[in-house]
Amino acid sequence: MKNTFNRMILAGILLLAAGQLFSQTAAPGKISGDVVKLGVLTDMSGLYSDIGGQGSVVAAQMAVDEFGGKVLGKPIKVISADHQNKADVGANVARQWFDTQGVDVILDVLNSGVALAVSKVANEKHRIFLVSGAGSTRLTNEDCNPYTIHYVYDTYATGTVTGKAVVEHGGNTWFFITADYAFGHSLQDDTSKAVTAAGGKVVGSVLHPLNAPDFSSYLLQAQASGAKVIGMANAGGDTINTIKTAAQFGVSNKQTLAGLLIFISDIHALGLPLTQGMYVASAFYWDLNDDTRKFSKAYQAKTGKMPTMVQAGVYSSALEYLRAVKAAGTDDPDAVLKQLKGMTLNDAFVKNGKIRPDGRMVRDFYLFQVKTPAESKGPWDVYKLISTVPADQAFQPLSLSRCPLVKK
Amino acid sequence: MPEIFGVPLVALLGQLMLGLVNGCFYALLSLGLSIIFGMLNIINFAHGALYMTGAVFAWIALDQFGLGYWWALLLAPLTVALLGVLIERGLLRWLYALDPLYGLLLTFGLALVLEGLFRYRYGVSGLPYAQPAAFDGAFNLGFMFLPKYRGWVVVASLLVCFGTWALIEWTQLGAYLRAATENPRLVQAFGINVPAMVSITFAVGAGLAGLAGVLAAPQTQVSPLMGTNLIIVVFAVVVIGGMGSILGSILTGLGLGLIEGLTKVFYSQASNTVVFVIMALVLLMKPAGLFGRER
Amino acid sequence: MKLRVLGYGVLLLLGVLAPFAVYPVLLMKALCGALFACAFNLLLGYTGLLSFGHAAFFGAGAYATGYLVKAHGLSPGLGILAGTAAALVLGLIFGGISIRRQGIYFAMITLALAQLMYFVFLETSFTGGEDGIQGIPRGRLLWWINLENDRTLYYVVFAIFVFSFWLIYRIIHSPFGQVLKAIRENEMRAISLGYDVNRYKLLAFVLSAGLSGLAGATNSIVFTFVTLSDAEWHASGDVVLMTLLGGLGTIFGPVVGAFTIIGLQNQLAERGGSLVTVIMGTIFILCVLLFRRGIVGEVAALYRRVVGIRAG
Repeated sequence: MKNTFNRMILAGILLLAAGQLFSQTAAPGKISGDVVKLGVLTDMSGLYSDIGGQGSVVAAQMAVDEFGGKVLGKPIKVISADHQNKADVGANVARQWFDTQGVDVILDVLNSGVALAVSKVANEKHRIFLVSGAGSTRLTNEDCNPYTIHYVYDTYATGTVTGKAVVEHGGNTWFFITADYAFGHSLQDDTSKAVTAAGGKVVGSVLHPLNAPDFSSYLLQAQASGAKVIGMANAGGDTINTIKTAAQFGVSNKQTLAGLLIFISDIHALGLPLTQGMYVASAFYWDLNDDTRKFSKAYQAKTGKMPTMVQAGVYSSALEYLRAVKAAGTDDPDAVLKQLKGMTLNDAFVKNGKIRPDGRMVRDFYLFQVKTPAESKGPWDVYKLISTVPADQAFQPLSLSRCPLVKK
Repeated sequence: MPEIFGVPLVALLGQLMLGLVNGCFYALLSLGLSIIFGMLNIINFAHGALYMTGAVFAWIALDQFGLGYWWALLLAPLTVALLGVLIERGLLRWLYALDPLYGLLLTFGLALVLEGLFRYRYGVSGLPYAQPAAFDGAFNLGFMFLPKYRGWVVVASLLVCFGTWALIEWTQLGAYLRAATENPRLVQAFGINVPAMVSITFAVGAGLAGLAGVLAAPQTQVSPLMGTNLIIVVFAVVVIGGMGSILGSILTGLGLGLIEGLTKVFYSQASNTVVFVIMALVLLMKPAGLFGRER
Repeated sequence: MKLRVLGYGVLLLLGVLAPFAVYPVLLMKALCGALFACAFNLLLGYTGLLSFGHAAFFGAGAYATGYLVKAHGLSPGLGILAGTAAALVLGLIFGGISIRRQGIYFAMITLALAQLMYFVFLETSFTGGEDGIQGIPRGRLLWWINLENDRTLYYVVFAIFVFSFWLIYRIIHSPFGQVLKAIRENEMRAISLGYDVNRYKLLAFVLSAGLSGLAGATNSIVFTFVTLSDAEWHASGDVVLMTLLGGLGTIFGPVVGAFTIIGLQNQLAERGGSLVTVIMGTIFILCVLLFRRGIVGEVAALYRRVVGIRAG
């Protein structure tokens, strides 16, 4: 047995040495693999699935169809997968997509934790990652990399715009109910800064697990704090449940609920009676202008719902990516990236959008307020526009960026 | 504002109240588990999935058949009990001769199947189930607003728990059930249909889980994961209370709910772990549980 | 005897050639899973103790390694050793608490302790909570072997696996292993023969925990991150299934089981995430009802019946 063991050791060492000789190299070419593959990685069945999910896949396909189905003579294919809100699942799918399926760009990725993991994979494999769904500002600060573009919104934008608006209307003491992961922390931090800057005060906070089954004990703590505003630093199903439970416990008699990241799907799920008067910061609304209406009606025809800003963002990022590929004449990631970062983006979702060196796509942001049931004339007629926040105020200034790529 | 250990009394009482409500669910579920283990020596890992099934049936009843909450309260436990009979007759029966760990493994697999099926059909995000209109509004207890529905949960759970305990301890059917599981051969010789007794026992346990599910539906999300979140805590409750002691499970369930509520106030990060710490300690010192008898 | 050496040789050769045919990262995942399952089998198949909380050791190894390599710049080799050591220590503590009870109580206490560990992982800051530890640098082994390359890393992982498998083989076929089997068959009789049964059980537990930690540590280097899923009780359930499906108490069973399950999960992941759970559950049920000897066990029984030779 000892002999065999020694032989195995020797074989092992020889193999290790031999293995060094085999390294994976990507075959360069105009269009890798003769097909341009867009990978939509999203939450298909979990608490964020209405914000992106299958709708994101539809949106991406709409972009492909609008572009003509082909670029530089090669077909375009959209594939999708469910990351189940797990960073390891998402990162593994991304890795496998890049390594074995020739995916050229990954879109959406709703969950910030998953997005952070996927952005590392994208950086490692030198492939483009256009993030439409995740919110954490870490993607363009501590964890920035050249291949990750943060496309639609981030917690600075929504937190600051909403926080400032609420404080200006009298809500100057805050208590946060925060989802205990990257996104929640990010949202609480950014909103707290905005609240304090506007003259308000944060009196306390409580963390809850993602997809918490019951919010009653957290709301009880919020009530006990006596704060005028309860800031919900969470999203999707968590926000919906917080609002519902708050209604059961009679919270709105004395305190205001502030949603720091609300999507039209949430409003639709909850209904206007529970959400009227809430401030919503968003990058997109279907009824904003003719372009948004045209796109949204087409989307509604396919899905029966109006698109959220994430789904519209997936459409836009896919479309702009294809435009960049065409302009660059290849799907080589570095060339396409250079093209994207030099373009001014214009489509149904974004006007005069630009991608900054830290990977942040900046454009004007909108502050809406949810209509009262009396003001609303249809099931999706839920927002009224309060103000437009210019790009340089909505997003974190480049001078404050903690991204190593930004030269100061 | 009066304070205890730096925490406002109002907050403390509020969390204790919520803890009591949770404790009722623990009590109901551990009652079912305890009945099944105490009488059949089976660890039913699928108990959480049966609880979830009860809630989903309630939702389906409303969504597909327009049957409201009160119908669901009656029908869902019956349906889940029937499912329990099918499980017992169809699957578990073959394993009685073997090491009880196989029963555990089978019910574990069953839990995965049930959870997977519902997840496939309905997603993970949770289905909304409206509170019955009779319970809208809240009681103003002074230290908190207690939604009327949660008050109802406490009342219903306590009624069912002590009712079941009375059934098992004091009625003839209960006596037959206990005898049949303690000494099946002898009881069978008396002409009592022991296999039927076993099935009924399992059905009662399952039905209790289903009932808990219906009670939970309006207050938490009806989600395929609702069972998995709860089942391990319920195991801990049963072990602490004494595997096989029905009264033990009820009291421990309520007690642990209160302890959890208390922990949430003083040291909220530990509120998840406190049950397991207690379980480990109890298992070390009195392995049969606080109220149990060593088998 | 010669047949067996030839058999192992063929398997080794397959292992060496595999990364050229199959995606290396998938192979490494399967190898880590197989190691985990073999470690678990040492406890269940050979000592007769069902632990429902082995994910705690896998997770401990993974988190220890991940944290030390990422935050303190430890080299991957040392990191993996540290992770294994952490799991060994945890195994000693948990084993010391659990060994005193048998059967179902033992299973329940291991489950409770694992849940405790899960929440410890969730709350402490060094694990990164829900986000986990990400971007663990793979680095260089022995200052020269570049682990960033998937194929190179595969051979390192394969070497770790072969070494551990050999270790388990030696343990099983030693006098110590014989006592374990005796304990599995009839603990009372082993006690009456004068063996300090608890000592043996504890040692088996600790070894099993340590090797599970090794699997977790290696896993964290392969995937460059550690998340709570590595320590969840679903992972404990997975490893029970792998061992059961492959064959309890057989040396190759867990490997077969692990490769089958991970391969299945990979194939089905695209089509429908939730159906994977249903299929896993169904396999569990079928194995318990009909298939208790597992794949390897059934094949061995068939072989024995057909050929009439006593297989070892």
